[in-house]
Amino acid sequence: MSSMSDQPTTAVDLARNVRDGVAKAVDIVDGYLARIDERDDEINAFNLVLADQARERAAEIDEMVSLGRDPGPLAGVPVGLKDNLCTRGIPTTCSSKILADWKPPYDATVVTRLRDAGAIFVGKTNLDEFAMGSSTENSAFGPTKNPLDTTRVPGGSSGGSAAAVAANFAAVSFGSDTGGSIRQPAALCGVVGVKPTYGAVSRLGLIAFGSSLDQVGPFAHTVRDAAVALETISGHDPGDSTSIQQGPLDLSPTLDLGVAGLRVGRITDLPKGASPDVEERLEAAFDALREAGAEIVDVEMPAFNYGLTAYYLIAPAEASSNLARFDGVRFGMRTPAPDTNSMYTATRTDGFGTEVKRRIMLGTYALSAGYYDAYYGRAQKVRRLIANDFAAAYAKADVLLTPASPTVAFKLGDKASDPLAMYLCDTYTIPSNLTGDPGMSVPFGIGEHGLPVGVQILAPALKDDVMFRAAATLERHMQNHQDQNVSGS
Amino acid sequence: MGVGGDSLRRVPDVPKISAADVSKVATLARLCLTDDELTTATAELSAMLDHFADIDALDLDGVEPMMQPTPLANVMREDVEGETLDRDEVLGQAPLVEDGRFRVPPILGIQE
Amino acid sequence: MSITYVNDDGYYPSNEEHPRWEHEGYELVVGLEVHVELATRTKLFSSAPNRFGDEPNTNIDPVTLGLPGALPVLNRQAVELAIRLGLALNCTVQKSTFARKNYFYPDMPKAYQISQYDEPINIDGWLDLPDGFRVGVERGHLEEDTGKSTHVGGAGGRIHGSDYSLIDFNRAGVPLVEIVSRPDIRHPEQAKAYVTELRGILVAVGASDAKMEEGSMRVDANVSVRKPGADFNTRCEIKNVNSVRSLGRAIEYEARRQVLLHEAGEPVTQQTRHWDENDGRTHTLRSKEDADDYRYFLEPDLVVVDPGIEWIEAVRAALPVLPSARRAGLAAITGLAANSEAIMVVTDRGHDSFVVDVAKHGGDASITLKHLQQLPEAAGVPAEDVAKLTTMEASGGLTATQAKQVLADMVDAGGGDAEAIATDKGFEAMGNTELESMVDAAIAAQPDAWEKFCAGEGKAMGALVGAIMKASKGQADGKAVTALLNAKKS
Repeated sequence: MSSMSDQPTTAVDLARNVRDGVAKAVDIVDGYLARIDERDDEINAFNLVLADQARERAAEIDEMVSLGRDPGPLAGVPVGLKDNLCTRGIPTTCSSKILADWKPPYDATVVTRLRDAGAIFVGKTNLDEFAMGSSTENSAFGPTKNPLDTTRVPGGSSGGSAAAVAANFAAVSFGSDTGGSIRQPAALCGVVGVKPTYGAVSRLGLIAFGSSLDQVGPFAHTVRDAAVALETISGHDPGDSTSIQQGPLDLSPTLDLGVAGLRVGRITDLPKGASPDVEERLEAAFDALREAGAEIVDVEMPAFNYGLTAYYLIAPAEASSNLARFDGVRFGMRTPAPDTNSMYTATRTDGFGTEVKRRIMLGTYALSAGYYDAYYGRAQKVRRLIANDFAAAYAKADVLLTPASPTVAFKLGDKASDPLAMYLCDTYTIPSNLTGDPGMSVPFGIGEHGLPVGVQILAPALKDDVMFRAAATLERHMQNHQDQNVSGS
Repeated sequence: MGVGGDSLRRVPDVPKISAADVSKVATLARLCLTDDELTTATAELSAMLDHFADIDALDLDGVEPMMQPTPLANVMREDVEGETLDRDEVLGQAPLVEDGRFRVPPILGIQE
Repeated sequence: MSITYVNDDGYYPSNEEHPRWEHEGYELVVGLEVHVELATRTKLFSSAPNRFGDEPNTNIDPVTLGLPGALPVLNRQAVELAIRLGLALNCTVQKSTFARKNYFYPDMPKAYQISQYDEPINIDGWLDLPDGFRVGVERGHLEEDTGKSTHVGGAGGRIHGSDYSLIDFNRAGVPLVEIVSRPDIRHPEQAKAYVTELRGILVAVGASDAKMEEGSMRVDANVSVRKPGADFNTRCEIKNVNSVRSLGRAIEYEARRQVLLHEAGEPVTQQTRHWDENDGRTHTLRSKEDADDYRYFLEPDLVVVDPGIEWIEAVRAALPVLPSARRAGLAAITGLAANSEAIMVVTDRGHDSFVVDVAKHGGDASITLKHLQQLPEAAGVPAEDVAKLTTMEASGGLTATQAKQVLADMVDAGGGDAEAIATDKGFEAMGNTELESMVDAAIAAQPDAWEKFCAGEGKAMGALVGAIMKASKGQADGKAVTALLNAKKS
């Protein structure tokens, strides 16, 4: 079977084979479940494996094919869902004790669209509790390990989803990105990860962290798979007031257009601190795009530097409010106490982990009487400066290139005791969450310790397609490069 | 600001936030901290706020805050009834229910 | 809400013990905050039904319950009703935003209320009371309602001392407009008139059924007292006022309490106080410890609402005629004052248009108004029938008493010809000659009374009129009798 070879079968190929009757969805799903069974005890990518449901759904897909009905563009594709996406009747935990065993009475819009497209959910993936973290170590269900080196983190917060694709437990998976939570783990696990334009994908049913920053996006083995996955989940949803009022993103048809004539921006005053191997791969990426016909232009973005501060005041502020509903009244766990107010405190103190509490307190403080102007208010002004910088940069460049992560995957426990060091993982990804612009990480070679390096491509709002063209070009460059290596050896 | 740097772990000389502030914030957020946790949280939050003081130097007068990345306005739905949830399914997920309602321990104090 | 008071701050006489607050050199200052539930089909931010009286927790969806992942989407009709209301209150309708007001309370599912804060949809309007007194309206903003708690055990369903509470979220998310007046009100009667007038406007524009008793209209009063011309003093907010009458009583009580404090040289503390209908006093409550830090910030799940001139003008053009204009219309055709009781009552019942109809059919407007005030059902009789009746009465063809009886028959029969009914009842028009002889007979029979009447003793007329009415078996027209007596005097 093709999925057992070294190169994982792409989602596009899997779906084509199922739709053409060349492969059975039940066989595909069995193969993926077998790998999960074999290795997820070690990796811990999943909070919950949906083996029975996946097999049932696969049989339905096969049945549809045999009846001549089209099961959809992701027919039979095994998919992992970050465990902060609501799935009706299936536990949705946010990797938090406070939600343990909660079964939502509704599906996230993303989940509905994937199901309608024929995707098969193989499991709910692990995350940093409530998506707060950059290593997936802040999970009530234990850390996820990087499949490429299990002494290292997969990144976070969508580490389970990144690891699931990297370990080929799923052909495609979905995560959420509030400050880099898709792009950074994608980089650390050597897969493609996309944070689309804010509003391109519905947030309905995504358990909110920072409402003005959160976006759902895909992880995939290839840029094309990511494009198809994103096309499937994007498009207007009347259930999300911030949903862009247009149809799905149109990405696949433009992937082969190349980058000839495209202006690729190099941020000359980008925050320093990326490790040399990462810097080197970034340079190689500029070279690759230049070779492919792009023009490299310098842009200055003095406010980029302040993104981290703005983000760590805004996101916790929104989170402090979003997470207030976890109060032990209507769903989730409750720690009994003699009165309601004590019950709130007991439940939340027991139910939330350390990092979540830290951010709730930081955010509560940033919004509290007397401090709003100094913290939250100022942060929102800095956000404007960053947006102005991006606008100026995008007047000169069509896309920007930066590292996705300052380093390759780090050791488990390395940053666990230093929250600030952990926050710095998001330096390069955060600014586009603040502005709502799209960004994606695409694997571009190997760095220290033989671990993958991701390059981040940024583009203006709703120019996701241009971003994908650059990503596809970098991916082709790597494929050609590897082919040369193979043929040359 | 660089991405690395040990200086980030330095606790500022003049704490940005006092233990009393942290305690008040915890109460507002309905979180209970032990004395040790309060000490640690105060040091950590203080270090963070010190780090976040990099924006203090910026001249932000006249800068319009950017609260949302969305340019949308007037997103509204028609006044048409939609599906409601099944009460039993919902109550089945609640910690404690009685008589079709959510049960909570006694409420002290009045919301004004 | 049923509550127990945690501390009672001294004894102040209730209204019953001290029925009239003698201002004692102080001026009353009142501003009102009125919450009204909008008459929409669905909730402010979700498509769950907005319906009163259903089984607990049936009108619920993920938004109503504040489930993880739920997102609000604004109800266009709620915005439209808010605009209607704003225009009816002479407000400027403007670009507006929603904010989160963060606080924990079991009936507030998300632990924040979505409410308009910095930028309310309606600002700077006014409401004219029937007597012409103008009360400024500071703002009228949209927000969502909370669920309802029932307290079980303890002392009779009160929150304090209860064993536990049960929460029903049917009401959670119901659209509210909060209308905040300026502190322009100077008398309890003005406060009552404001609420009555506001209720009339709400019903007229179809924004709300505005029933204080059912809680679809809830009034809080900010009360302070001061020496006239002095700066505003500390105010107290009075809650739990469930009728217009209670509002007047609560304000009077609270004002008196504050005057006594000022007179005693004691400070008035800014606080929320609950009106207790049973003992006729306001009381302080133990409040939440952090009620003062709501950490407002812009609701990131919603976008700006900017109705724009086109929508606003379309709503304005479709506004119905408001009660004040309708009263002015009645005043013009009846010659009565616009705030006379008959006009107030008839307009409040929505029967003013009937009076206009009768007048259009050639009837007498003021006679129609008088009958309608006493017999509201008459508004169901065809206007032309009532027109004929009032014409007969105006010309003296029927006495007021006879006309009333004829009208009652018309109500029962759903209409009819006034002349035919009068004939059936034997109501012959009494000729002037016949009446004059009865008057002469009465004067002759009671010379003392006649003498006193001529000397200007008004009371004496009663005896004469009584005798005449008795002689005519009630068929005489009182006005005609009075006119004859007066004519004979001079």
